[in-house]
Amino acid sequence: MSQMSLSLRDVTVKRRGKTILGPVTLDLPTTGFTIVMGPNGAGKTTLLKVMHGVERLTAGDLTWSAPHEIARQSQAYVFQSPVMLRRTVRQNLAYPLTLQAAPKSEIEAKVRDWAARIGLADALDRPAPRLSGGEKQKLALGRALIRNPQVLFLDEPCANLDGRATREIEALLADAHARGTRIIMTTHDLGQARRLATDVLFLLGGAIHDHGKAASFFARPATSEAQAFLKGDIVE
Amino acid sequence: MSEIWAGLQAAFWLIVTLDTDLVEITLRSLQVSLTALVIASAIALPFGTWLAIRRFRHRRTVIAILNALMGLPPVVVGLIVYLLLSRSGPFGVFGLLFTPTAMIIAQVIIITPLIASITHQAMRELWAEYHDLLISLNTTKRQRMATLIWDGRRTLLTASLAGFGRAIGEVGAIMIVGGNIDHATRVLTTAIALETGKGDFALALGLGFVLIALALFVNFTIHALSRTEREGRW
Repeated sequence: MSQMSLSLRDVTVKRRGKTILGPVTLDLPTTGFTIVMGPNGAGKTTLLKVMHGVERLTAGDLTWSAPHEIARQSQAYVFQSPVMLRRTVRQNLAYPLTLQAAPKSEIEAKVRDWAARIGLADALDRPAPRLSGGEKQKLALGRALIRNPQVLFLDEPCANLDGRATREIEALLADAHARGTRIIMTTHDLGQARRLATDVLFLLGGAIHDHGKAASFFARPATSEAQAFLKGDIVE
Repeated sequence: MSEIWAGLQAAFWLIVTLDTDLVEITLRSLQVSLTALVIASAIALPFGTWLAIRRFRHRRTVIAILNALMGLPPVVVGLIVYLLLSRSGPFGVFGLLFTPTAMIIAQVIIITPLIASITHQAMRELWAEYHDLLISLNTTKRQRMATLIWDGRRTLLTASLAGFGRAIGEVGAIMIVGGNIDHATRVLTTAIALETGKGDFALALGLGFVLIALALFVNFTIHALSRTEREGRW
């Protein structure tokens, strides 16, 4: 179960004088499956990177309820285009654990367990960069979850994946959420958002236009922009 | 054409009869160049990788200087090392001039920028690929460098082999600091220069063929040992 809540106060990110995000003020509780939605360029990825601590703030404050180092070590991030180390599946899964200098026996046991969970038990010695798109994304997810993070960030993890691969990824995410991992994920897929979200953040032009429980967001969006987005209109 | 043929014959007989002089200077060539390669790689591989991942003031200047140093004229390096190691020089007290150690020092100076520059190029690309993941995993700088060096080892092998190629074929600097002394500092390249000067082209060519064979042998051996081709599948 996650023990970390997150608080953002007037967080702003500017690049070359242009505001990409903010000012954003937001509180995220210790549990939940937050889906961040919005059109392209709304600032979804930037918001995720800000929360994860890999994007520099131009202004504002971001505070985890845990000390900075512990908070960073308790998070994992899965990118839209999965980054595969030029190693085998086994070595990719083991990598986060070797960084923590975990005992070999523990690494081997966890690698086998996670390889089975992500359906790559028979591919442990295959070069990871040669996997298919869906397999790579599952491996990236397994590698993120193998350290048992309290908070998991995912940036469009199912973009460009077919239905089967998407279903497998969603099953893994639902399982992780059920085990207590706090999940914050961006997606363009409304169906996926409806299936997974406990709450939804709707971003537009770098600002939060709506934030609420998934059921109420989908039933009664608070803003006309969110309403139009849900109807499938082009929102800019 | 006849001289090339005679050279081939000379090389053949030198190898078949295991000519003692040939064996001695071949082993010395290998000893000097491989030692220089190990030292230069130990400096250049981490430095090139560090340069790829670190952002600091004047970084571009450092890279430009490094690239420029790849074209260091060996004769000038030889001259500078000579002055440093000569009796009146700052390191004259060590008595290293006209020894294999002096030749190794000169070769290290010549090949380190070459290996570091190729390493930097290769690691820059790998770093661009790995950047987000390694930052996200909150890795330390040491862990990032270790990961890049390990995953880029095949490219780094090529960088080292380029350094070895330059070292084993180098003549200007080691002639100056080694002195081409028989049974002491004579290596294949300086022996070839000597035989050419004496007009013994057949022997010079023979030694040249041995040098080429040696360079190829070392390259193939290292490739085979590192299984570059079989595992070059990333």
